[in-house]
Amino acid sequence: MSILHLVNKSPYERNSLSSCVGFVRDGDAVLLIEDGVYAAVKGGAAAAKFEGLADVSVLGGDLAARGLSEDKLVDGVKVVDYAGFVDLVEATDKVQSWL
Amino acid sequence: MKLTIQVNEGPYQHQSSDSAYFFAKAALEKGHEIFRIFFYHDGVNNGTRLTTPPQDDRNIVKRWSELAEQYGLDLVICVAAAQRRGIVDDGEAQRNGKDATNIAPGFRISGLGQLVEGAIQSDRLVVFGD
Amino acid sequence: MSEVKKFLYVNRKAPYGTIYAWESLEVVLIGAAFEQDVSLAFLDDGVYQLTKDQDTKGIGMKNFSPTYSALGDYEVTKIYVEKESLEERGLTLDDLQHLTWEDEDEDWAEKDSIRLVSRAEMAEIMAGQDVLFNF
Repeated sequence: MSILHLVNKSPYERNSLSSCVGFVRDGDAVLLIEDGVYAAVKGGAAAAKFEGLADVSVLGGDLAARGLSEDKLVDGVKVVDYAGFVDLVEATDKVQSWL
Repeated sequence: MKLTIQVNEGPYQHQSSDSAYFFAKAALEKGHEIFRIFFYHDGVNNGTRLTTPPQDDRNIVKRWSELAEQYGLDLVICVAAAQRRGIVDDGEAQRNGKDATNIAPGFRISGLGQLVEGAIQSDRLVVFGD
Repeated sequence: MSEVKKFLYVNRKAPYGTIYAWESLEVVLIGAAFEQDVSLAFLDDGVYQLTKDQDTKGIGMKNFSPTYSALGDYEVTKIYVEKESLEERGLTLDDLQHLTWEDEDEDWAEKDSIRLVSRAEMAEIMAGQDVLFNF
């Protein structure tokens, strides 16, 4: 059964993303929201954590709020809005919030 | 999809309540059903009607009350967490000898069983916290 | 009556510095009445919740650690503790409370509730659940 992994904290503040990555399996999705979006910035130390992860999205509203443009993101990371967030919840079987 | 949403943090201090609100709104606009929104830990503080946020900023408590009214939502505040943090309705005031109540419209205080029931009855549980 | 769901209560935070550990336990206790298939997971700083010899007199807080030993009476018999999280923190199973439950199908034989699992095993356990609680 698939999991939508939600990460809402910056990888430079909290180890939530590191912990999360150890639990992502085939068919799972990862969504970065709130301060979690910082992890997806290209060139950041946390960007390496995405290597090998197939389905990573960030919430566009949180990105823009923090002054991060989409071209700054690691390749392959998708941008979704809250409607897209809802779709991700529906497309997976359950949600794991890495608080 | 039938959803139960859990909000673990209070208004303004963390973005959790905002994220939960916009997620809930998007789900409702897409035609999904929200079985319950359960406020736990400091999340109970989303249910006080006594906030006076600055005029040029969002009114988090009012926003929840309005969404609840628009869609007939069940906003539940955990009684144990509410007692700890001072969110009071008439029943709680009487039971615990408080001289005031502060619960906001659209919210009700009830037990943790409501969260568990939400998890059982819903297709998804989505938790917003710190 | 609806189907029985597999509930996993995920604990990743240390006790006392914040209230999450205690208030999460309160959900487990109340939730027991709903007779679902309950498991608890302790990983990251959550493993600290289970340490022995907690003495909170000096910080004026209620020591809630004895509550973990009552979990067996609430039919919580599956308590998964992540090995890597213990090791990273310099802890072993010996540092944790010895939690048990009584199996009425085997003449009330006392059995261990704590199952030490690897991160990979924990991920598989998590994947097999219906509902994940986080605090």
